[in-house]
Amino acid sequence: MTPARKKRLMLVSLMLLVVAAAAALTLNAFNKNILYFFSPSQIANGEAPVGNSFRVGGMVVDGSVERSETDLGIQFDLTDTASVVTVSYTGILPDLFREGQGIVAIGQLDNEGLFTADTVLAKHDENYMPPEIADALKKAGKLSGDYGAKTTVAE
Amino acid sequence: MFKWIHKFGSPPFVYRLCRALGPWMGWSCLALICVGLYLGLVQAPADYEQGESYRIIYIHVPAAWMSMFVYMVMAIASFVFLVWKLKLADLVASASAPIGASFTFIALVTGSIWGKPMWGTWWVWDARLTSELLLLFLYLGYIALRGAIETPTMAARAAAILAVIGVVNIPVIHYSVEWWNTLHQPASIAKFDKPSIHISMLIPLLLMVLAFQLLYAWNLMAKLRTGILQREKRARWVADLVEAGRV
Repeated sequence: MTPARKKRLMLVSLMLLVVAAAAALTLNAFNKNILYFFSPSQIANGEAPVGNSFRVGGMVVDGSVERSETDLGIQFDLTDTASVVTVSYTGILPDLFREGQGIVAIGQLDNEGLFTADTVLAKHDENYMPPEIADALKKAGKLSGDYGAKTTVAE
Repeated sequence: MFKWIHKFGSPPFVYRLCRALGPWMGWSCLALICVGLYLGLVQAPADYEQGESYRIIYIHVPAAWMSMFVYMVMAIASFVFLVWKLKLADLVASASAPIGASFTFIALVTGSIWGKPMWGTWWVWDARLTSELLLLFLYLGYIALRGAIETPTMAARAAAILAVIGVVNIPVIHYSVEWWNTLHQPASIAKFDKPSIHISMLIPLLLMVLAFQLLYAWNLMAKLRTGILQREKRARWVADLVEAGRV
């Protein structure tokens, strides 16, 4: 390799290294802000802002969904298996909303710890399989009633 | 031994290679898309959770993978151009940019269409979606930068530096779903574990990925041919080709 090429190789590699380091440091510094949602445990630890709008993500607890008799109101518990937060919402839910489903709710936390959501988004997981396989897995106890909980598909 | 590599720096050799391989890429791509789409849209079973809607992965996932793959090709070619001043490497990079931008655009649009029924929203500013959008801007920035600078050598060098710097975004896109909480789900296939997608759904997906690879190769070769002819328009071998009517 000629000296000129060697110099350019070093220069370009150095440039890439510096930019990569800068990007890594920046992303690390903004780590908290890049999180799309807070988990119920983080809320329990008081890391989430009270009074400001933010997002909370977790699994809908089995049997916790209570629908209003009169309107589209709904109340349910969200968990990350460690802590629980109660969410209330009025409106149309995404198709994937069900007990055991991972969801993200956007809204505010009040002083009593009730999270009032103005938007509910469903989070689906990375598993794809035909319904028959899912049923078989469910029968074998490898996939619990909460279709879609990724921790329960153990193979 | 390096004679073999040096051939790929020779415009006439690369031109003939592209002319010979191009049609094969095109036809096999078309055949694979037909088979892949038939298997994916008709034969593959519905998903246990998402029903029929998941079938958009047969376009979304290959396009998203290619958006990153083409960028890697562009960045490596730009690196080679910056260090070795190989003009063909610059040609590969500049020909790849609009193709990569198209794949990125398709990935973003199909993702959005998928997001509405499944997540309940067209768009969220989570790490995966935002970094993929940044990738589109990198492609567009590369194209704009090339177009904005009048001197071709300057334009090529400036664009190449941008392409090399932008490569830091690629691992961010790939690992965004693992490093941070995102609405986008983690990888189903590109991970050190067995794929979490059933084999009957996986095979059509892999066929589509291969088809998109061929689609890129086909387009790249066509663009390389015109690019080479344009750059070498005063060369003897181009004149010979034109006279023989074999362009």
